[in-house]
Amino acid sequence: MAVEQLKRTSLYPRHVQSGARLVGFGGWEMPVQYAGIVQEHRAVRTAAGLFDVSHMGEVEVEGPGALASVQRLITNDAARLMLGGGLYSPMCLPTGGIVDDLTVFRLSEQRFFFVVNASTADKDFAWIREHTTNATARNRSAEFGLLALQGPKAAAILARVTRINLGELTYFHMRDGVEVAGIRSCFVSRTGYTGEDGFEVGCPWDAAPRIWDALMEAGGGHGLVPIGLGARDTLRLEAGYMLYGNDIDETTTALEAPLGWTVKLDKGDFIGRDVLVRQKQTGVARKLVGFEMLERAIPRHGYPLLSGAARIGHVTSGTFGPWVNKSLGMGYVTPEHTRQGDRIAVEIRGRPVQAAVVKLPFYKRSA
Amino acid sequence: MYPKDLRYSSEHEWAKVEGGRVRVGITKFAADKLSDIVFVELPQIGARVEFMQPCGVIESVKAVSDIYSPVAGKVVEVNTALADTPEVVNSDPYGRGWIVVVEPKDLKELDRLMTVEQYMQAIGEEH
Repeated sequence: MAVEQLKRTSLYPRHVQSGARLVGFGGWEMPVQYAGIVQEHRAVRTAAGLFDVSHMGEVEVEGPGALASVQRLITNDAARLMLGGGLYSPMCLPTGGIVDDLTVFRLSEQRFFFVVNASTADKDFAWIREHTTNATARNRSAEFGLLALQGPKAAAILARVTRINLGELTYFHMRDGVEVAGIRSCFVSRTGYTGEDGFEVGCPWDAAPRIWDALMEAGGGHGLVPIGLGARDTLRLEAGYMLYGNDIDETTTALEAPLGWTVKLDKGDFIGRDVLVRQKQTGVARKLVGFEMLERAIPRHGYPLLSGAARIGHVTSGTFGPWVNKSLGMGYVTPEHTRQGDRIAVEIRGRPVQAAVVKLPFYKRSA
Repeated sequence: MYPKDLRYSSEHEWAKVEGGRVRVGITKFAADKLSDIVFVELPQIGARVEFMQPCGVIESVKAVSDIYSPVAGKVVEVNTALADTPEVVNSDPYGRGWIVVVEPKDLKELDRLMTVEQYMQAIGEEH
């Protein structure tokens, strides 16, 4: 029997030292929790948390055809990006199904930088390379470690270890070739997956532990704690973000998911556009909605969604939301059950448990 | 961590004899493993339970686990406080975190469970 060899990030020894519980995720051995999911989740909402996301992939596209290639690959409009600007977008198959959801930054006129999901990084690179013309696509995933520093105290903590003017680094912007904690050739973006203010810091693979240590030291007085994948999932769910492989995949489109805002049909042709145009005209057969349980039982991935006795869809993600203090979930339902307040039910261990459709996100930080 | 006066099941429940009845909960080992318990689904009072068959469900943020009855009999009490404060199963698994009380068919069935020494050996903990 073939045993899957799990890859480890350069921060693996730190996770072991801190007593993290480790699990396999997307081919990587990663910390699922340190002190506990609920405690970690609250730390990010009230102070700050540090995540090892080095398992995520990075792909660079550079050359005269870079912009045209990126435009063909994604549904969102990269032509409007200023230098240093970035955006979130699905990358589609010709069927409109989603290859991955990713962020892409324009680092110079002819150079774009994608940050992609860990479990799809190889597939993404192959797809990007195949559809890049008059430019070069390079898989740089093995070169970069990536840390996410998230929470209301993130800016104050990061300011202690870098001279970058963080006040000028606005949401969804990246600076590359900068120094963080004495390490050169880092990149810093004001992005995240938690619903809080925060940053993602990329660095040479082996330098990640030095940056981790410097941030932990700088953040000690601010309540900074390490965060595992468990709280990463509960934080993103409260914030209404999609998880690739759960909420979206190659069988779902951006218009079925609540990602219509990323689909720019008037920007010119892109892969998957024909199907999305048709879906826009005729409507979709199902839509992803958020819902809150009216009892405490917890919806889980795959549970059936019901209206009366009729099956109307299934749960794609669900949890108990530690900050909003409610059981909540997302799932695809037929279009007649997508209005706020619509009563649906989740079949939990054979029993229908009542839920109400709500507007996403479940949590929005106060400005 | 593991009281001496309890009996222990292979599925990490504890059983405590109180007069002719048996109080049931999950062990500190199981509570720690689950971590962050957020929901406990209890049986109905009067429900029949069988030896080492599921009698309830415990959910942490991450996972769903069955609770097995360490004795056959009839459920005579359930810990309704867990509806609002399931986290006491983590903080006080042998006290406020109890789950059900069973009126057993045969108290001798508890002899099939482990002693504290056997249980600690089973989970690989030192005495």
